[in-house]
Amino acid sequence: MLEPIGSALVTLLSGWHLLHMMIGVLVGMLVGVLPGLGSIAGMSLLLPFIYGMDPVSALAMLIGMLAVVPTGDTFTSILMGIPGSAASQATILDGFPMAKRGEAARALSAAFFSSMIGGVIGAAVLTVFVVVARPIILLFSSAELFMLTVLGLSMVGVLAGSSMLKGLLACGLGLLLGSVGAAPATGEWRMVMGIDYLVDAIPLAVMALGIFAIPEIVDLLRRNTAISETVELGRGWLRGIRDTIENRGIVLRCSGIGCVIGAMPGLGGSVADWLAYGHVVQLAKDKSQFGKGDVRGVLAPESANNSVAGGALIPTILFGIPGSGSTAIFLGGLILLGIQPGITMVETKLNLVYTIIWTLALANVVGAGLCFALSPAVARLTTIPYAYVAPFMLMVIFFAAYQATSHWGDILTLLAIGVVGIYMRRFGWPRPPLLIGFVLARGAETYLYQAVQFHGWTWILRPGVLILATITALSVWVGLRYGKSDIDEGGSSGAVRDRRPQLAFASAVLVASAYAVWDSVTQSYLARIFPLTVSVAVLLGVIGLLAVLLRRKQSRAVFDTETEPVAGRKSSEHYLLWMAGFLAASALFGFLIGLAAFFVVFLHVKARASIGRNTILTGSALLFLIAMSHVFTLDFPGGLLQATVDMPWPFR
Amino acid sequence: MFSTLSRRLGAATLGVAATVLMIPADTGAADFSGKTIEFTVPFGPAGGSDVWARFFAPLIAEQLPGKPTIVVKNVPGGGSITGTNQFVQRAKPDGLSILGTSGSTQFPFLLDDPRVRYNYMDLIPIMLSPTGGAVYVNPSLGAKDARDIGKLKGKEMKYGSQGPTSLDLVPVLAAEILGLDVKPVFGMTRGEGRLAYERGEALYDYQTTSAYISNVVPLIKAGKAVPLFSWGVLNDKGEFVRDPSFPDLPHFAEAYEMAYGKPPSGIAYNAFKSFVVAGFAAQKPLFLPKGTSKEIVDTYVAAITRVVSAPDFKKRAGDEIGEYTQAVGPAAEKMMTVALSVDPEAKAWVKNWLVTKFNAKLGGN
Repeated sequence: MLEPIGSALVTLLSGWHLLHMMIGVLVGMLVGVLPGLGSIAGMSLLLPFIYGMDPVSALAMLIGMLAVVPTGDTFTSILMGIPGSAASQATILDGFPMAKRGEAARALSAAFFSSMIGGVIGAAVLTVFVVVARPIILLFSSAELFMLTVLGLSMVGVLAGSSMLKGLLACGLGLLLGSVGAAPATGEWRMVMGIDYLVDAIPLAVMALGIFAIPEIVDLLRRNTAISETVELGRGWLRGIRDTIENRGIVLRCSGIGCVIGAMPGLGGSVADWLAYGHVVQLAKDKSQFGKGDVRGVLAPESANNSVAGGALIPTILFGIPGSGSTAIFLGGLILLGIQPGITMVETKLNLVYTIIWTLALANVVGAGLCFALSPAVARLTTIPYAYVAPFMLMVIFFAAYQATSHWGDILTLLAIGVVGIYMRRFGWPRPPLLIGFVLARGAETYLYQAVQFHGWTWILRPGVLILATITALSVWVGLRYGKSDIDEGGSSGAVRDRRPQLAFASAVLVASAYAVWDSVTQSYLARIFPLTVSVAVLLGVIGLLAVLLRRKQSRAVFDTETEPVAGRKSSEHYLLWMAGFLAASALFGFLIGLAAFFVVFLHVKARASIGRNTILTGSALLFLIAMSHVFTLDFPGGLLQATVDMPWPFR
Repeated sequence: MFSTLSRRLGAATLGVAATVLMIPADTGAADFSGKTIEFTVPFGPAGGSDVWARFFAPLIAEQLPGKPTIVVKNVPGGGSITGTNQFVQRAKPDGLSILGTSGSTQFPFLLDDPRVRYNYMDLIPIMLSPTGGAVYVNPSLGAKDARDIGKLKGKEMKYGSQGPTSLDLVPVLAAEILGLDVKPVFGMTRGEGRLAYERGEALYDYQTTSAYISNVVPLIKAGKAVPLFSWGVLNDKGEFVRDPSFPDLPHFAEAYEMAYGKPPSGIAYNAFKSFVVAGFAAQKPLFLPKGTSKEIVDTYVAAITRVVSAPDFKKRAGDEIGEYTQAVGPAAEKMMTVALSVDPEAKAWVKNWLVTKFNAKLGGN
């Protein structure tokens, strides 16, 4: 085993291989930093060059790209509160409050340093396990995978915030939203309301952008300051590295979590960051700062999401089954190179396998270094008045959401989910449980159904299931013992005089869950059982919540951040109307023209930009979009104009 | 007499003129210099169809006059129905839009899925990439090869399937004809199904050729799988013969005869044949949109012929393309016609069988 490890390193360090890895790393940075783009876009950019390349160089380029995407995507998560990709959602919870507090530098350096360590640990685990992991992976059947989703759902207990009832309701809503579309067991359409778009389920990117980014953008616009409350960026670079070293236990454990989750085919990397985050909150003695800018909340998901890559490559190489979204892309790349992944690859091309592993480790180090170098400049964005930043952010998130399925449904769903997110934030409904429920819904249902089909109800007695059940019980017990955290990301509630707004929101949830109950009843048994159980639970829970809201004035459940009007501050609805206007213009004239109009008007009215500055900003935004669409061959949402008149590129 | 002659002459002149007018102004081959061709793939990136498209895109581009750029555009959704619908609605017949579908696009069309808004008959097939597949079972069931299929009767065998109306329908149909008790567990990808097989949860499974060679053959060598039969391929006469990728494995009809002493027949077998052709023999067709001029079609066919007859083509294509011959031009058209002409009686039988056996109605509700 040692011989191929050494010779793989020699091969990698010789000739042009390193250069190719660097190209991969640069492309990975580019697509990682731009929200909505990820390894898929990176892959389509690299593929044309792969033809005719020797396999080692081509693999170095691909792995170099894949390895740094979860490092690069941290920028927008921490600095803007926008999830750069599905893998860095949990980073927002503490990273963004740190940036607001003026600690962007510290948060970024902690994130990059722990990412690097996570990535290297992932590569180390891959080195050892790629030879022996086969029987271990085969131990995890659908029953054990179902228990892993239960473990994930149990994290809701510690992330519920000030009201456990609202936390559980949010999780239930997430599970229901995750069940929209074709049922995994029978293919029946559930809760689609006659909308074709919903048959394929709501894309995770749209969900994450809607639930986190839109409420954040609206909130910052209302405050009308810069993101950072202090002008100083802080010299926290060394501090962040020190944080990582001081919390090495957390970094190591979360890297381990990332490897394990990554290695489970079908579970997906987006679960890993939440599990790691929940785990750290659970075990922390002092939970008071989570959600308000605790550096441990940055270290946990960042070390986990980079180690996922190492774990995810294990089933990819051993079984030819991707362990995550980005390894699915890598698998395609391997096949294009004429390499069929699977056990034969380990037996006959071990040298190549170790090239992959070395590249993974090396690319993580190089990627982290590159991010450090870029940080000071990028972090300055947090000191710009937000009225200038907001149109760019809106452009980016709507364009990013559209890349999910290239359908207008992506954009409308983003806005709809954004509205839900805004009110959840306002009325103290925690958003992380909603996303956890959403991410795990499909897995939980599919694996439960498969476990029952394969084993009957005896699946509960499988040893792996019992072990995971014990771990889950322990984790819940530990969480309860140390007390739950007080994650209230939406600021604090004033003395609530008018409870009608939150009653209205709870009633809307009531109507939605009643619809879900009604819809489930019409389905066949296998498609019905999961959404029916969840929707009945949500229905009963929300009735309980309404009773509390109606009867008692003093309760943790009574919560509203909007009690006193602040002079000169516009309402959330005011900015929602701005977005609606932007989308209406796009629907009429297409995205580019709609965007140009929105930029000009918004910058004039809200930022009071001079005509010169307005022109420059609008022009550069358009140029940026056009360049992106050209380089990555991406489409813009078309409007009525494009449907009637054949427009020239790029207005097509 | 003169007037008749002149009338005849006049008619002849008109005829000639009409013929001349009918010849397109541009008689040479189409030229694509500086153009970008959009290759729509109605699946997400990195799947089998996407890899196939990305493999062929640069090769075809190089052989087309003017060496255009071909970009692959993924339009996933609705099990490939969404992207195909979109292509049929929007693509112009100017040779700058091509479409690559798969067996998973053919099945919903054959089964009259209400979401389907494309008519396959309208599209012009210019290339067809076949693939194959083979069925294997767990050795603990006691079968050594196809002759022992009778021994499997009455034993419940779980099988991981993508869904009742997906490509994975074919092995369940095969089991139905053989009288085997195969219980599909839906919602599993082909890879996950193989993993369930390796765990011993599923006892019956199949894989398409490339996955079979790289991942199932090692299992067979280790004594963990018994291969039963391949789907077989169609020869020039339209008869099923052994798959060149598995020369030692009987094809389905052969296996049936080995087990039961007579060839398979009946409406279920007719349906099976149609779906094997539509799902495997004609698995990945490349189309030009309806109404594309003959010269553009010919230009493409010539370019693709050069691609697949290049001496290093098979080596470059590797295991993904395998031993199969790519059908180009008229051959592709012929095969596609066979694939799409399912006997209406057999079609009705399959639809009814899907509903009674799996409660599977097409198009959701």
